[in-house]
Amino acid sequence: MNKVAIPLAVLGALLVLPLIGLSSYTMHILVLVLMWTTIGMAWNLLGGYCGQVSFGHAAYFGVGAYTAGILYFKLHISAWWGIPLSIAVVAVFAFLLGYIVLKLRGPFFALATLASGEVLRITTENSGEFTNGTLGILIQQRTWIEKTRYYYIILAITALTFVLVRKLVASKWGYYFVAIREDQDAAESLGIDTTRYKTIALVISAILTGICGAFYTNYMGYIDPNIVFALHDISIITIMIVMIGGVATEWGALVGAGIMVLLAEWIRAIPGLGASHQAFFGILLIVIIIFLPNGIVGDLPKIMRLFRRVRA
Amino acid sequence: MGAAKLEVLLQTLISGLLLGGLYALIGLGMTLIMGVMKIINLAHGELMMVGMFIAYWMFTLFGIDPYISVFIAGPALFFLGVAIQKYLVNPVLKVDSILPENQVILTVGIGMVLSSAATIAFKSDYRSTPVKYGTSAFYLSDIWKGSPIELSLSIPWSVSFLFALAITGALWFFLQKTDTGKSIRATSQDLDAALLMGVNVQRMRVVTFGLGSGLVGAAGCLFIPIYYLYPALGGQFTLIAFVITILGGLGSNVGAILGGLILGIFESLTATYVGMGWAPVGRFLIFIAALLFLPGGVASLLRRRTFGK
Repeated sequence: MNKVAIPLAVLGALLVLPLIGLSSYTMHILVLVLMWTTIGMAWNLLGGYCGQVSFGHAAYFGVGAYTAGILYFKLHISAWWGIPLSIAVVAVFAFLLGYIVLKLRGPFFALATLASGEVLRITTENSGEFTNGTLGILIQQRTWIEKTRYYYIILAITALTFVLVRKLVASKWGYYFVAIREDQDAAESLGIDTTRYKTIALVISAILTGICGAFYTNYMGYIDPNIVFALHDISIITIMIVMIGGVATEWGALVGAGIMVLLAEWIRAIPGLGASHQAFFGILLIVIIIFLPNGIVGDLPKIMRLFRRVRA
Repeated sequence: MGAAKLEVLLQTLISGLLLGGLYALIGLGMTLIMGVMKIINLAHGELMMVGMFIAYWMFTLFGIDPYISVFIAGPALFFLGVAIQKYLVNPVLKVDSILPENQVILTVGIGMVLSSAATIAFKSDYRSTPVKYGTSAFYLSDIWKGSPIELSLSIPWSVSFLFALAITGALWFFLQKTDTGKSIRATSQDLDAALLMGVNVQRMRVVTFGLGSGLVGAAGCLFIPIYYLYPALGGQFTLIAFVITILGGLGSNVGAILGGLILGIFESLTATYVGMGWAPVGRFLIFIAALLFLPGGVASLLRRRTFGK
């Protein structure tokens, strides 16, 4: 019963949240949290369940964002069409990149994914005609000024992603993914076509990330290669969200995204330390890896035990 | 091919070779750590940035030449690396987690802390050490008056290259001839066997991380007379270091040297003939090509030749 009740309760709370009259700034934070939650869940499917730690999810985020951006910039079509179109574009990209990177394992895979994000960033910077280079793409007229509609759109995306990831993980495919994570050779010897299932995990994960990218273009109204293909600000933050929240947990991405977005905003407000949020992120990451290697949600029993011991 | 074209080509090759020598030093540090620890150190470039800052402040405050700072920044970075391995990486080796990539992600965290700490402390300005010999160079026409083409050899670049050669030579001697060096090689070849032979693997890990950091710190001192310094520069050099490592073959020292030289020349050629902005793309293309067609790196080609008969 809990498996249905808790998500519905959370969804209900998130649905009524804008009705209590939050400020535009608070709504902006909530939109960002939900967007990062979706990216985190997408990464978690590939990294947490299938064990393929990608350092280059900015590649898919950026391709999604630029799909929407180029539709507007070159073809003068509403950037919202970028969301459905990005599914196809990102799927093709992920399939091709996956063909190269999924042959690799461990550190090779990590490095190849990292490289793929960087290659796309530099290529976008240098193809001036098509992508407007480092100038980026500016959407002249935002669809809505107030944030409530954006909030409901990203909430719908997040909720659908949550359901999709849960269904996938509970399905036969989900078990294949975990088998690949635990021991790829053993999985192969049991008759799992590892390349095929790794590709499936990558493509789904990439599509979900790409949708967020297309949403980002519409929401922020401005993209450039250094924002959407950023190594630290996209790829690494995605990993941190999942590491802090909890690898291979359902709620880890939401917890991690909440902590990361709030922490970033909080640090930005401290005078003199504005640019240094990465130092705090780094320290947080080191502390989490040493003391809570499975994240806050994953190590919840451990935290509970600690509290009980303190009280006793 | 006209004389002018030949001149450009030769000049490009020369600068590529000089750059490659420095790259080799960065790659060597990375490959040592990779060999023993079996992880990629994604804070490698940031460690180099720390070395560059040491050289910069030594020059600015005390007027110490960056080339002398090699003997200050190298040991300083050695101890920084030892501390990182002892107090941060070793504890993570013991904890149980779902993803084995925890250690790699840990080095990302270390890199982020280092580069942001530098930003907070020193602002993100571009800095350089204006050494007196900064722009002087040897010219071919000085030696050979009637030369049909003109080539130049920048003095700081050449000195840095020679320093890199000397450090590489010293490292080779250390790894081949000393007991600690042999233990490090043994650990990197087979951890369990080394353990059975009585090698203190835990200590070798610490020494190796220190050594790798020291090397890249020294490389930082060699880079600063010819390059500029800013806190975020680390990431770029981390990428370069791992491209070299993959190109050379994981954990192979000769491979790292060759990989560095190949990458230096390749980048120089891309910058001249395709465009400055594309040099990083060339770097990654060569990386992906190496992963696909030569997964063992240059080292596997060398090995094949040795055992081929």
